[in-house]
Amino acid sequence: MTRHRGRGIASVNYPIGMNLGGDPSQALVHSNPSGKFTVALSSIDLGQGMKSVTRQICAETLGVPVEDVYVDTADSDTGPHCMGSFASRGTHRVGNAVMAAAREARGVMMEAAAEELEVNAADLETDGRGNIHVKGAPHRSISTKDVAIAAQFKQGKTISGRGIFLVPLSDVDPETGEMSPATCYAHACLVAEVEVDDETGEVDMVRMDSAYELGRALNPRLVEQQLVGGAWMGVSHALYETPEPYYPEPIHGPRDFVEYLMPGPGDICPHDIAVLERPAPDGPFGAKGPGEMCANPVLPAVANAIFNAVGVRIDDLPITPEKVLRAIKAQGGARPQPRR
Amino acid sequence: MAKTPLQFSHNGRDVAIFVDGGTNLLVALRELIGDMTPKFGCGQGGCGTCSVLIDGELHLSCLTLAETVAGRSVETLDGIKDGPNLHPLQRAFADNFAAQCGYCTPGMLMAAKALLDRNPQPSRAEVIEAISGNVCRCTGYEPIINAVLAAASGGRARA
Repeated sequence: MTRHRGRGIASVNYPIGMNLGGDPSQALVHSNPSGKFTVALSSIDLGQGMKSVTRQICAETLGVPVEDVYVDTADSDTGPHCMGSFASRGTHRVGNAVMAAAREARGVMMEAAAEELEVNAADLETDGRGNIHVKGAPHRSISTKDVAIAAQFKQGKTISGRGIFLVPLSDVDPETGEMSPATCYAHACLVAEVEVDDETGEVDMVRMDSAYELGRALNPRLVEQQLVGGAWMGVSHALYETPEPYYPEPIHGPRDFVEYLMPGPGDICPHDIAVLERPAPDGPFGAKGPGEMCANPVLPAVANAIFNAVGVRIDDLPITPEKVLRAIKAQGGARPQPRR
Repeated sequence: MAKTPLQFSHNGRDVAIFVDGGTNLLVALRELIGDMTPKFGCGQGGCGTCSVLIDGELHLSCLTLAETVAGRSVETLDGIKDGPNLHPLQRAFADNFAAQCGYCTPGMLMAAKALLDRNPQPSRAEVIEAISGNVCRCTGYEPIINAVLAAASGGRARA
């Protein structure tokens, strides 16, 4: 029995969102008389942190503290329309919609503040700490709370804003079928190192090294969390999980968590991640978003690493010990490839 | 079938309920006592999100017959905070981004608490061993392991 080390690499060029129907998302922002703001969305936070990121985007655009913004998500009865949380689109699409809504709400807020301070709205700026003051004269100031109260009870104005982000539909060239399916692409490269046992066919992850270019990381810790966790979903797709292990035959499928294989805490390996920030021209504050891309490059990188280790090319997922063993047997033994 | 009276300590408070024969502890906690912190994941001991401590020992509440905890002490995630203050493990999970969707988190926290209660300074391998009965889909486990180690070292260490 020998354990063979192998290294594989994969790169992805990943479109953010989809082109179908313009892929729109809407957002509504309004202030309460307390001077706090509510963002209404139908978009769902599955744990990836979209609530945090849209909260940051709204606060930054309004010029108020992040603590003063509340994001209300996931009620499609009362929230404005959203296509959904998929296709790595949340930060980019929903973020852009929130930014547009917050910009409109900020306009009303500044007008209301101008009326209270008896100045021109163009001469006002926010300090990001809950106050609006005359540029160059910080003492001529009013709190966003007092502006909200004045708008509500004196001026009869709603400090609110509507936002939508819609990708222009791309025309299809009738001759070639050429079109532009996305306006924004993220990129990544991942190197996987594995160890393959030529007697059992088992594949162990040894380490991963990756670089992700995903626009500006609006919340670096959330980006890191996505990349760390998503890579293991990729490993799981590459090596473990499937509802139909003998597809198209629906036999021997898993029936529960015991039979449906996923990595456990004992299976993980070191993963070194570099995040490269190249702001996207049409992203909110330059953001694209990690999304699905954090799992994608892992699959081909692991398949390539297995080829590098034992010389078998398996193009059918997941790469189970059975498939590795059959392939090694078919070629008459492991054939380690030159290490790159 | 006649219901059976059942008394036990739930997070330090005495509770008395009537259970049908065969009711498991998870159902008793969630539906009869109203403690929703232990989650129903698989219902067959494969995922760990229903984990609770019985007399300080880690158990899967979905596989525990409710009647077996008569007179014993049951501790759930709902009981680990100290008034308005989070338990050091909860604080460390938040600081280390150890939760995403959050469904595995109650079980992870109880497994980690069982470990730290008996071994306040565990090694990385001991943390992995302690949470190996718990499944997580989102985090890749790394942030959870780091959070437990950080809680053990007084919340100072990160990653």
